[in-house]
Amino acid sequence: MTFDKISRRRVLQGTAAVAAATALPLRQAAASDTTVGFIYVGSRDDYGYNQAHAAGAAALKSMPGIKVVEEEKVPETDAVEKTMESMINLDGATLLFPTSFGYYNPHMIKMAMKFPKLRFEHCGGLWTDKDPKNAGSYFGYIDEAQHVSGIVAGHMTKSGKLGFVAAKPIPQVLRNINAFTMGAKLANPKATLQVIFTGDWSMPVKEAEATNALIDQGVDVVTCHVDGPKTVVENAARRGAMVGGYHVNQAVLAPKAYLTGAEWNWEVLYPRFVKMFTAGETIPNFYRGGLKEQLVKVSPYGPMVSEAARKHADEVKAALMAGTYVIFKGPVVDNKGKTVIAAGVSRGQTDAELEKMDYLVDGVIGATS
Amino acid sequence: MKADVGAPLAPSGASPFLRVPAFGRKIGGAAEFVLIPALAIAVSLVLFGIFVALFRKNPLDLYFYMYQGAFGTWFSWQNTLTRAAPLILTALCTALPAQLGMVIIGGEGALLIGALCATSAALALQAAPPLFVQVAMACAGMIGGGLWIMLSGALRHYRGVNETISSLLLVYIALAILNHLVEGPMRDPTSLNKPSTREIGAVNMIGTIPGTDVHWGFAFGIIAAVLAYILIYHTVFGFAARVAGGNIRAAKVVGLGVGKLILITCFLAGAAAGLAGMMEVAAVQGRTNANLAAGYGFSGILVAFLARQNPLAVIPVAILLGGIGASGGLLQRRLGLPDASVLVLQGTIFVVVLASDALYGRVGFLQRKAS
Repeated sequence: MTFDKISRRRVLQGTAAVAAATALPLRQAAASDTTVGFIYVGSRDDYGYNQAHAAGAAALKSMPGIKVVEEEKVPETDAVEKTMESMINLDGATLLFPTSFGYYNPHMIKMAMKFPKLRFEHCGGLWTDKDPKNAGSYFGYIDEAQHVSGIVAGHMTKSGKLGFVAAKPIPQVLRNINAFTMGAKLANPKATLQVIFTGDWSMPVKEAEATNALIDQGVDVVTCHVDGPKTVVENAARRGAMVGGYHVNQAVLAPKAYLTGAEWNWEVLYPRFVKMFTAGETIPNFYRGGLKEQLVKVSPYGPMVSEAARKHADEVKAALMAGTYVIFKGPVVDNKGKTVIAAGVSRGQTDAELEKMDYLVDGVIGATS
Repeated sequence: MKADVGAPLAPSGASPFLRVPAFGRKIGGAAEFVLIPALAIAVSLVLFGIFVALFRKNPLDLYFYMYQGAFGTWFSWQNTLTRAAPLILTALCTALPAQLGMVIIGGEGALLIGALCATSAALALQAAPPLFVQVAMACAGMIGGGLWIMLSGALRHYRGVNETISSLLLVYIALAILNHLVEGPMRDPTSLNKPSTREIGAVNMIGTIPGTDVHWGFAFGIIAAVLAYILIYHTVFGFAARVAGGNIRAAKVVGLGVGKLILITCFLAGAAAGLAGMMEVAAVQGRTNANLAAGYGFSGILVAFLARQNPLAVIPVAILLGGIGASGGLLQRRLGLPDASVLVLQGTIFVVVLASDALYGRVGFLQRKAS
């Protein structure tokens, strides 16, 4: 306990004495500072989605004149609207990052209309002309990193069977599954990937069961797309399988089993956005990028990854960085035998068709519904 | 085929949680129903202060930020009341059946079904005038939620199935139905990465109470709580329900229709939670998706028990818990406490309030003097 809080205590007594509704200026930030608010749907140390964003927020803390306020485990209800307002009213935040997908519409849109002078940046949303101009959405083409991770997995698997624990059969997830599988098949054309959907973003028990079920079927490389990959990574490693990570680097959780992984690189993007913001430039309303734009990255290869795998993966990574490589290039056949991308059609990352993906490519065992 | 008619719904005296105080019936004793919970909350705050001090944070800062975040400014008040709104209605889902000695913990399921029914009504009536759509949504939500909880009541009455377990399991069935419909037949094809139903339309949305940004769910919650209080303490129906809750055998001997009491009370309870679901759709989300399963139904159980199942006491307790939720963000941001610390506080309050049950009738100066 400290005893240098006299002024605050006096404020406390003062506030208690006056009527409860009296508004008291609570802003802490000095006028010259920029306060940036981050809101997470889960906990900041989930070894996954939220930790990736928190790492990006942490990268801002060393920037001069920038103050970061954070709140975790905020549900996708009007609670997030109140959290944004609280950050604005009580902390003086002028730039907000509500990072979960479900925060976008209607919650963030509503706040952007209510506070037209402030800036709202959302991860994953699809900003359109109809949305407020002070709102924006950004996302990374993380399927590029998944594709590279798939190549490594394809080289390393002995059984030729790969496993994928996925949350929901929505376009973003299907795109990762497909990119990973297509990468694995470059290395091992006979490789198959069994996918299990758990039904929600954070279901640790189901994720553990799915991991075990995959390994029981002979799968020897497991990867995932859920909010917190910790359960999958640790369980797979315990069962002696190899793992591909997601969201952040999980090598510390399974140093002997972690091949590589697809990671977000918000540590690069957030300082970029904040610099634009403090310089008075407009952050683009719709901002996307992949390995080339440094929005995503591939985890360093684990020590067990073979020379051939490293070489192949590095080649494709270099081509993706150079922008000369297209993952979804026809002919692509889905796992029901239907051609989904015709021969000669090349769907680059910015192609809007990819945002509507509703199929699993040939080689994937599983169904979207 | 009825279950064993002799089986008491709640063995009398077995569970102190279910003892329903006759708040308002005896004015002299009312003081202890205010002072003891207030004391319990004060004790919990002191315990939480010690907990926080163990993490080398100043407890005075803690109380200051809690007060500021929950009640310190007009914005904080609105934040608190917005969070309290769904809790009043979901708490009634537990508090009403408790009068009959039943422990219903499935308010979350009724909320989800209510939301689904309300959304379906709005989508089916797109051409109708907004007021008509809103009334239809409220009716559909209440009927859907009501029937959902009535199912637990019917299983209890006709088949002897434990209503606590059945109502809890029905939550998962409700969630599965919601996910199935939202990701399947009712899915808006443009909701790519967040499967949702189509929107009910901006004109059909219910606005906020004038002069505030608190939605109408809060007002409806208060009206529902007052109506529930009148029903329980000032009507023959409520009296019969409390008699059945006190001793079901005696109730049957005097000829009360226990089955009817159970079914109607469960329906009303579910209707309250269903209305909460309807309000979440009509005032907040504008459509149905998985976001609705935010745990309001489960928080409502906590509110009902802290309010000692009294429908009127549900209102201040919901506001208190709303305030704790509202100040939780400030605790995270200013003190660097993890989100779980708010759960620690809620748990502490819950345990201390239940423990304080032992004080009722034992603190001499709070008792009504014999006339």
